[in-house]
Amino acid sequence: MENSILTVVTFLPALGALLLLFGGKKSGHKSRALALAFSLMTFLTSLLLISKFNSATAGMQFEQQIPWIPSFGITYHVGIDGISLFLVLLTTCLTPLAILSSWNSIDSRVKEYYFFMLLLETGMIGVFVALDFFLFYVFWEVMLVPMYFIIGVWGGPQRIYAAVKFFIYTMVGSVLMLVAILSLYFLCGGTTFDYSAILTGLKNQHFILTSTQQFWLFLAFFLAFAIKVPLFPLHTWLPDAHVEAPTAGSVLLAGVLLKMGTYGIIRFCMPLFPDAATELTPFVCTLAVIGIIYGALVAMVQPDLKKLVAYSSVSHLGLVVLGLFAMNLQGVEGAIYQMLNHGISTGALFLVVGMIYERRHTRMIADFGGLASPLPVFSAIFMIVTLSSIGLPAMNGFVGEFLIFLGSYQANRTYTILAATGVVLSAVYMLWMFQRVIFGEIRSEKNRVLVDLTLREKVILVPIVVLIFWMGVYSQSFLRKMDSSVTQVLNDMQSTAVVLRK
Amino acid sequence: MQVSAALLIQQLLPDIVLSLFGIAILLADSFVPKQRKHVLGVLSIVGIVATMACTINLVGEYGTYFSGMVVVDTFGIFFRLVFLVIAGLVILASFSYLDQQKLQLSEYYALILFATVGMNMMVASTQLIMIFLGLETLSVSSYVLLGIRRTDLKSNESALKYFLLGSFSSAFLLYGIALAYGATRSSDIQVIFRAIETRSADLRLLHVALGLLLVGLGFKVSAVPFHVWTPDVYEGAPSPVSGFMSAGPKAASFAVMLRLLFVALPAIQSKWVLLVGVSALLTMTIGNVVALVQSNIKRMLAYSSIAHAGYILVAVASATDSGITAVLFYTLAYALMNIGAFTVVSLIGKEDERNIHIEDYAGLGFKQPLLAASLSVFLLSLAGIPLTAGFAGKFFIFRAALESRLLWLTIFGVLNSALSVYYYLRVIVTMYMEEPMADFSPVAVPTSLRLALGIAVFGTLQMGIYPGLLMTFLGSSLFSMR
Repeated sequence: MENSILTVVTFLPALGALLLLFGGKKSGHKSRALALAFSLMTFLTSLLLISKFNSATAGMQFEQQIPWIPSFGITYHVGIDGISLFLVLLTTCLTPLAILSSWNSIDSRVKEYYFFMLLLETGMIGVFVALDFFLFYVFWEVMLVPMYFIIGVWGGPQRIYAAVKFFIYTMVGSVLMLVAILSLYFLCGGTTFDYSAILTGLKNQHFILTSTQQFWLFLAFFLAFAIKVPLFPLHTWLPDAHVEAPTAGSVLLAGVLLKMGTYGIIRFCMPLFPDAATELTPFVCTLAVIGIIYGALVAMVQPDLKKLVAYSSVSHLGLVVLGLFAMNLQGVEGAIYQMLNHGISTGALFLVVGMIYERRHTRMIADFGGLASPLPVFSAIFMIVTLSSIGLPAMNGFVGEFLIFLGSYQANRTYTILAATGVVLSAVYMLWMFQRVIFGEIRSEKNRVLVDLTLREKVILVPIVVLIFWMGVYSQSFLRKMDSSVTQVLNDMQSTAVVLRK
Repeated sequence: MQVSAALLIQQLLPDIVLSLFGIAILLADSFVPKQRKHVLGVLSIVGIVATMACTINLVGEYGTYFSGMVVVDTFGIFFRLVFLVIAGLVILASFSYLDQQKLQLSEYYALILFATVGMNMMVASTQLIMIFLGLETLSVSSYVLLGIRRTDLKSNESALKYFLLGSFSSAFLLYGIALAYGATRSSDIQVIFRAIETRSADLRLLHVALGLLLVGLGFKVSAVPFHVWTPDVYEGAPSPVSGFMSAGPKAASFAVMLRLLFVALPAIQSKWVLLVGVSALLTMTIGNVVALVQSNIKRMLAYSSIAHAGYILVAVASATDSGITAVLFYTLAYALMNIGAFTVVSLIGKEDERNIHIEDYAGLGFKQPLLAASLSVFLLSLAGIPLTAGFAGKFFIFRAALESRLLWLTIFGVLNSALSVYYYLRVIVTMYMEEPMADFSPVAVPTSLRLALGIAVFGTLQMGIYPGLLMTFLGSSLFSMR
């Protein structure tokens, strides 16, 4: 039982999806309830992971390995360490909230919608738990299909363009990663696609990658991940996809999908190709800093709430990449922590924007103003979420940003100072947006009669608010579980790199 | 070696049974009233199932009979099974199609069986002459099948074009066989190999023969630059026949190509690897690029089939055992997904194949969930999305190519694969994300078609989710080929 928890967590949503699809005709409400039930069950099962997780172990836990295509050394191998543990939890926690958030807004083709939602959850969890390159690639690609349908069928007016762009962008990046995976397989003996085996082989000098090989392999992997992150200048799919997707789609895109890119970097690019990673650090950090500042500046001038949040993601994820490439404990841990923070805060921002959109059917900042008096509870929560996104102390964002800066300052001051301006800018655009939407005069009569949060909406937002403060005040409960795994990754990099320098 | 008559018959039983059923259908035609021609279709399915049983019975056998004219090996048996699956699916898809088009012709079923016999002959011999006879049996049947919508101009064009170009390519092939004979004093693949081994072959002449043979086979698999006929022929042909043509003859020609290149000519590998590789690159690229701009779904699938021939050629160019396995895997995968797609196309086409443009698929997604979902599975598989047979196949192909250090071909291959996603997605976009036309009327999906779609979807997903099963079998078929 112990070692199949991960498999259960991964495939429980898929099971729910199949039940939805083949379980005969269902009313909308039944489909919603079924989807919610399965996502909650998944969440509860995933809580088992955290309770049984051993913080002292650096390696993989809850591992399960079953032969899949034996003649090529492909196995179904899953497992998590301190890095992926929280990303899995983030996914299982956000999905039920996303499902709840689309309770009323999705009223056509309900069954199919939740079918794709659940399938998406399986795909996302799968990416974080896969420990076989083939398996990882399968999840990485398969996950595109449900997201593509969610954007394309239930999205806004430009949904088709956005959906196709999203799909093709990711596809182009990932096919080159496939070539890199195959090359790595042949360079490492051509007998196994297993991540742990290949990593161990590299560490023990069973196989040695020359710096040229590392360089190209790193680039091919990094391209796929950088598109997902998205790193400037590969970010252009993101505003389209975020804006056109339905609320739940945006929540999961921003909350989880973007993390798959940064997760890939720390799981694959850094430990497997440390020399290339070190060599290319200036290049990557430059792009990250450009992304931080550019994203913030563009966000500032957006008239559309969703677009603003979308560009803020470009900025925030740049910061995460900067933290990763600091390559020290604080930087990397801060980056992982910031991945979680961004998932929660930006997910919450999209949820809030979705709620106001359901009431007013507009997302234009200019249409709002003075919402504080008709919507007091909404405004209070909106404020908390906004401040958490800015990174106010005592909230989650602060811890992540602080650690990232602490780490990256040791690595490179110039980048850190430049990146810090991004934080200032984020305060500018977020607070300015908040001021224009919540404070001031009520300019439109429609805004005067808006109804405050319903019970369902409170149920969605309250856990997020709790998490925001919990992660801000008692971050140790999370960081403690990451320590040994992050140290391990950094040590791996050191040992492989030192081996090569001989 | 003394071989008993019973044993001989057992080796030939599949072809005998299939031919007998074909003849029986033609004869029975006179006794079956016009509105009950379905019976003959059912009869042909029975024939295929019976033949399949006889063929499966041969698995594991290995031998050469009729002074080298017939070879029984796992390689050939695998291909025969593929052909039978193809023929079965096409016939199942044809029941409702023939009704729709008011074409109650029993020859149709018989011709598909004869074409299948032809393909079987092509893979069950190492004698180039026998292979040629099989090819002609196949070709003559397909000329008629392509033009079976006699009153339709496009169908006529299709048949005539294929007839002219097909004869042309046959001539190339035959010339190649003649020169190979001249160079080695034999037209048997095994003997040609030995002649090269013992240095008794005229190598210069053999190079010319190789070129001519590759031209002839290139025509049949529609490799660039011999692909120009494909879109016109597939567009005009009755849709199930397009599916048949895109899968069957191609698979048979690839089988011949493999035997020829890997068994007879491994010694001059350096000569053909580059030829095949460059052709693969061009075939993939031209097929995909031109498919991007097609609005007629049959033409789109035709260009896509050119592109897929390119992927298979990549595996051939890798010139290794894993390359052969990849070709075998991919031909079956391709047959399932492509015939599946053409099956849906044939039903949506309605009378006189009116609805064969991509925009005719608008709104199908939620109006006809079964058809749309199956078509989506086939298209995603053609695009190479994981958990489908198409992805597994491409994975094996590119793995084989990288194993032979063909990095350039692999990179072009995967980029092509990414490019192709666009036009496959376009159909899915139209089905699920656009509103149906005002005059949209759903079509009933008959049981035979459900069965065909069910088999194709099951196969596509099974080979995608658990490819290990087939790969294990294919691993064994390699060793019996030589």
